[in-house]
Amino acid sequence: MKVSIGTKNRIALKETEDYKVALKVKDLNIYYGDNHAVKDVNMDIRQNAVTALIGPSGCGKSTFLRSINRMNDLIPIARSTGEILYEDVNLVGNDINIVALRKEIGMVFQRPNPFPKSIYNNITHALKFYGINSKKKLDPIVEESLRKAALWDEVKDRLHDSALSLSGGQQQRLCIARTLAMKPNILLLDEPASALDPISNAKIEDLIIELKKDFTIVIVTHNMHQASRISDNTAFFLNGDLIEMDKTDKIFTNPSKKETEDYITGRFG
Amino acid sequence: MNSKVMDKIATAIFILIAIIITSVLFGLLGYIIYHGFSKLTLDFLTSPSSSFREGGGIGNQLFNSFYILFLTMLFTIPLGLGGGIYMAEYAKPGKITNIIRTCIEVLASLPSIVIGMFGLLMFVNLTGWGYSIIGGALALTVFNLPVMVRVCEDAIRSVPKDQKEASLALGITHWYTIRKVLLPSAFPSILTGAILASGRVFGEAAALLFTAGLTTPRLDFANWNPLDANSPLNIFRPAETLAVHIWAVNTQGLIPDVREVADGSSAVLIIAVLIFNLLARWIGSIVHKKITSSK
Repeated sequence: MKVSIGTKNRIALKETEDYKVALKVKDLNIYYGDNHAVKDVNMDIRQNAVTALIGPSGCGKSTFLRSINRMNDLIPIARSTGEILYEDVNLVGNDINIVALRKEIGMVFQRPNPFPKSIYNNITHALKFYGINSKKKLDPIVEESLRKAALWDEVKDRLHDSALSLSGGQQQRLCIARTLAMKPNILLLDEPASALDPISNAKIEDLIIELKKDFTIVIVTHNMHQASRISDNTAFFLNGDLIEMDKTDKIFTNPSKKETEDYITGRFG
Repeated sequence: MNSKVMDKIATAIFILIAIIITSVLFGLLGYIIYHGFSKLTLDFLTSPSSSFREGGGIGNQLFNSFYILFLTMLFTIPLGLGGGIYMAEYAKPGKITNIIRTCIEVLASLPSIVIGMFGLLMFVNLTGWGYSIIGGALALTVFNLPVMVRVCEDAIRSVPKDQKEASLALGITHWYTIRKVLLPSAFPSILTGAILASGRVFGEAAALLFTAGLTTPRLDFANWNPLDANSPLNIFRPAETLAVHIWAVNTQGLIPDVREVADGSSAVLIIAVLIFNLLARWIGSIVHKKITSSK
């Protein structure tokens, strides 16, 4: 396959640095009907790092994120071309086992969406699907996931209460815990803190920094400060184009594109 | 005229309309129950009807009504649920889905007497069963199915989309998500819809005139072998339901106490439908509470 290096969208990190690539995106295009939502995106997503996707509303960053674990398949008019390579498998292909893919690449959504079940059953829902049924096996996984999501101490005495009785921030951490219980390799976070108050927001941010030791994280955020605090790399999208991707420090202090600078300094968006 | 006065007038008109509707409803209910109340005795509810003497009851008709209702729901609920799941989750938007949807809507708006004639052709003549409980139940299934499909589809669609996404994003199949996330959340609405539909089926007469028939054989309530001709459970016997009975005694009754029997039957029918409606609300809210709070 011909890879066009040097086009304006070909933006890779400097090859000299020592890192592993978790996802390699090549010439990805996504369409909703006639609307070209993501245009020729090329990008390397580093393993065990936080990659932030920023840009104004409608720039394609969420669409891009949702294409990684094929959540766009739920939209009948969406289609995509190009490659997203994950362990040498092209995730864009038609022959992908989407169920297995989503187990390895988990997703947390903008609005906390716990199931209307108990805290415990929120975590065991997917485990039971994968045939783990005994309490003896489930209990340690529930505890471990809740600990990793920094929620255990707050809920350990009321695991069988409804998840809907939790605060918004706790619900979101429960959703993260529920995803962690599947032991994914990559976590996709779609504005996970945007619906939360500042304190819950800070807890989620601490959690994300903690989680990158074990997971590769891709996060969409509207909050520039959040991107600069928690991410290692930042990608800036505009109108479906990937304008610039670089180390987060570089993007926020010395971006090479004018559009990036305009956006970050708040001149539009 | 200023907007404040307009607002007051509009409010008054709407309150007036509400009062008219409720008073018509209560007037009707009160009238029927007042006239039928004296007949509501255990004897009336359990004894068989008489064809020319005074003092017959509605025992068989009441049993027939519930039996046909039970069989109808037995056919309708699985089919309706299957159709609803298909329409809500699997049908891709497009021409074929639109055609199916139009068919369901047309079927839902068919006059029940037409369904009765269809039942006469299909379940009485073509099958050679004659007037039978099963024929009546199948005709009522045709009558009830579109409503049930609609109820199930709406109930499944009204489950927030993020619940479905949450489950799918965990690496769970569509079918497991439907079973463990969508259906439990939709269950209270499905149940409420099914009970309300039951009230409709229970009161239906026209679709049964030519399918379940206007007569009931002499039933032996000690004989529960469904294959015997005089067993109440036999599904191939003709069966006059309560709603049909009201129509029959009024139009062709030879008994001297036609008025009393009709009044009593109407009261029983309307009370039963009322109970179905109240049950629907009550059970619906209990199940909703039970499902949303844990365990």
